[in-house]
Amino acid sequence: MILELAQVQIRDRTDTCESNNGFCPDWIADNFDRYVDPFFQHAYLTVVAVAIGFGISFSLALVAYRRRWLINPVTQVTGILYTVPSIAAFFLLLPITGRGDDTALIALVAYVLLIIFRNVLAGLDNVPEETKDAGRGMGLTDRQLLWRVEVPLALPEIMAGLRIATTTTVGLATLAFFAGAGGLGEQIFSDITFKSNVVVAGGLAVVLAAALDGLILLVQRAITPWTRAVAAR
Amino acid sequence: MDEGGRGPMTTTFAFLGQFGEAIDFIFDEHESPAGGAQVGGLSNMWDLMREHLKLSIEAMAIACGVSIPLGLWLGHIGKGGFLAINASNVGRAVPSLALIAFFVAYVGVGFTNLVLALVLLAIPPILTNTYTAVRQVERDTVDAARGMGMTGFQIVRRVELPLSLPLIFGGIRISAVNVVATATIAPLAGVITLGDPIINVNTYGDEGRLAAALVVALLAVVTEVSLGGVQRMLTPRGLKLTTAGRRRHPFPITRREATS
Repeated sequence: MILELAQVQIRDRTDTCESNNGFCPDWIADNFDRYVDPFFQHAYLTVVAVAIGFGISFSLALVAYRRRWLINPVTQVTGILYTVPSIAAFFLLLPITGRGDDTALIALVAYVLLIIFRNVLAGLDNVPEETKDAGRGMGLTDRQLLWRVEVPLALPEIMAGLRIATTTTVGLATLAFFAGAGGLGEQIFSDITFKSNVVVAGGLAVVLAAALDGLILLVQRAITPWTRAVAAR
Repeated sequence: MDEGGRGPMTTTFAFLGQFGEAIDFIFDEHESPAGGAQVGGLSNMWDLMREHLKLSIEAMAIACGVSIPLGLWLGHIGKGGFLAINASNVGRAVPSLALIAFFVAYVGVGFTNLVLALVLLAIPPILTNTYTAVRQVERDTVDAARGMGMTGFQIVRRVELPLSLPLIFGGIRISAVNVVATATIAPLAGVITLGDPIINVNTYGDEGRLAAALVVALLAVVTEVSLGGVQRMLTPRGLKLTTAGRRRHPFPITRREATS
């Protein structure tokens, strides 16, 4: 059951630029197709992993915000998941979940839990006591206070956590091909000594990270208009 | 799993399935599936581990030597904050595999080149945390030190550095764990670390790969926990007293400007 991670030959050895391992714009233009599917697979892995991770850790943070004794155990468990290198996590999961997207997603989700949990909790903790008092004075119940006052005011920290989690996950997903989930890492690995290939595949990963980061920033701007009002004054 | 032709297995941990075979691989030599050489066993694993640690420690030493003085200096003069804080944002966006691949393609393979790549990987979190830590030292404290007649260097050495140590160590922990994790793909650059059974599975077999994954995971957790211990030891006692009540999050990073 030995799984091959064979390095495929993607270079034409007769072409001078490619065989001399130069940086070949012509080769890139001709071969750009091969990066499109891995790029979207990479984006898919990142977005799904961050979305699931956000769902889990946001819920955990809301619970731990009220029941503070939960903070330490949750931090320790997610801290260990965060510490285990994802490349190791992929192979530790293989005997249990097999090769494919699922294995990659489980490892990636495990990795982002701590980042988002910590930021959501920090955001909620930073909500000024006076604001909460004002909300209570207006007759808000605990649930209303949470969703109408505390969560909105925690959004900058929550979104900061989401941005960190997303860019980190793009980086880790380059290793997802070890779990049989493809992505841009598979392209990098396919010919790691070929300059043109490394630059395009690696560059696309950076572009993906920057694009997703910018997207979250735009969403943050849109849903927290008051932060701009303060800054503009 | 196909065990055919590999001779009698001494799987003491058979009840653990594939994980048992992996643990067995760590302690006992096996014949390579590729034939010929013996792989696995404690001395083989120790050789891989030693190279792994040597690579990681050298990279961390250089990264600390560069980024701590730079961060202290930038923090002390209060300039270059944009660079220091965004270093980790940029660093995070560059995948470690892409960085290693870039070095392999453009700089070359080998131990020295790889150390350099890992140094680049390790600098941003330490630099960002050091800068943030120094800026976080209360201005009153620095003014008091200056009023006592301390020179700039003395302020850095005796006031800002001790008060910054916990957060600096937070950065070192993040970098160290990251470097230990990334050293796993070092065989791609021709350095034989614990990642060798993972990359060259034909030589070591599936159980060798799983064994290496186990050891790498363990090594990262041990790195994290032991550096956490050092961090607690290095935290000035006065700082522990003042922050004990305020610090609600036990994880090292307390400021969101600091890198995660």
